[in-house]
Amino acid sequence: MTASRTIKLTVNGRAYERAVEPRLLLVDFLRHTLGLTGTHVGCEHGVCGACTVMVDGSSMRSCLLFAVQLDGASVDTVEGLGTIAKLNPLQEAFREHGALQCGFCTPGMLMTATDLIRKYPLATDAEIREGLSGNLCRCTGYEHIVRAIRAVVGSSREGGA
Amino acid sequence: MKPPPFDYVVAESVEAAVAALARAPGDAKILAGGQSLVPMLNFRLLKPAILVDINRIPGLAHIQEHDDAIAIGALTRHYQVETSPIIAQHFPVVTEAMRHVAHLAIRNRGTVGGSLSHADPAAELPMLALLLDGTLQVVSSKGKRTVAIRDFLRGALTVDLAEDELLTEIRLPKLPPATGWGFAEVARRGGDFALAAAAVTVTLADGVIGEARIAMMGIGETAQRAYEAEALLRGRAPDPALLDGVIDAVRAAVTPNTDLHASADYRRHLVGVLVRRTLDAAWQRACGGQP
Repeated sequence: MTASRTIKLTVNGRAYERAVEPRLLLVDFLRHTLGLTGTHVGCEHGVCGACTVMVDGSSMRSCLLFAVQLDGASVDTVEGLGTIAKLNPLQEAFREHGALQCGFCTPGMLMTATDLIRKYPLATDAEIREGLSGNLCRCTGYEHIVRAIRAVVGSSREGGA
Repeated sequence: MKPPPFDYVVAESVEAAVAALARAPGDAKILAGGQSLVPMLNFRLLKPAILVDINRIPGLAHIQEHDDAIAIGALTRHYQVETSPIIAQHFPVVTEAMRHVAHLAIRNRGTVGGSLSHADPAAELPMLALLLDGTLQVVSSKGKRTVAIRDFLRGALTVDLAEDELLTEIRLPKLPPATGWGFAEVARRGGDFALAAAAVTVTLADGVIGEARIAMMGIGETAQRAYEAEALLRGRAPDPALLDGVIDAVRAAVTPNTDLHASADYRRHLVGVLVRRTLDAAWQRACGGQP
């Protein structure tokens, strides 16, 4: 145990100030310190993508960041996308296309897809698959996830697999 | 698992970072993007007493054009390189290759300096730096030095960087006009470390190849240049017989490992195929065409 530091950061638009031990991973900070359990923790070494969140607007693995590094940062998690009553368009597409089975990978898939849609043309389904290749779905339900993202991006960009 | 405890130091300057390293020789590690370091901490393969976070050092995340070279700061994120107009203009081979570096969430955080210092044998950046004859700027509390990438890469995860040193910048000399390029990689899954990859440039002179460079990775302890194969191309125009000889020289120059994903023989075969394809593409581009 090493001395805790106090950090101030914004999560889903809300300001927090908390003392954290330096080795506390961001994903554990979100889940255990703030109680935001929407972000899932899978592999804890940056392979499965389940813990993907936005840090200052860019998707990152929250198991590969320490909370102490994020003093002053703005973090967005799956809880910030929409509400049960009002899903955002991507969440709505996931619901319509059945793009989840057990739901464990879903928060990471949603955060990854949000960043992919913002940054890449996703002109082909192959490009969507490549973009999702860092997010594991152990139910292997990738097909419906690709369809949901395709629906949001627009069918005009339809292409080969 | 969870990482072991460590003391955390935020360095606000390069001087402060190397001073922190010098105060705890061998016990302190630099934390940049953390995309290789933090997994190793989480696995408890490393237990440094101190992490020196350099993410808040201003002026380390630049891509700058100089007269004869492009300088990339060590803290530049992969995604910055991938989307940089300066890189796209001068080194389209880098722009193409960056899309193959891990996944977006990792490219958003991982750094150029981190990848070069970590020196995974199947990482794109060491190979690209080797292709482009990069020079690294290294700083310690005792002073600065420069080191050529070909001397910097010593072995798997092993580089010429002392425990009290920090890599701050890489300079990539601009390529001559009439230079074409090629890049090809085979991985089991998009974004995974490659089974093998090749990156080449071909510069025309008087209608033939004035200079060819062939860099490869996934085929041994470090990224590697195929200097003997390059020499075979000098002063020649590519024809099938010449390329057969070049590929033989490439395959003779590599000592790949066998692992779960591919045998050494397969990797040796594969890198030859990739070098042939990339040389074809580079020659066509050098001649003004589109492969």
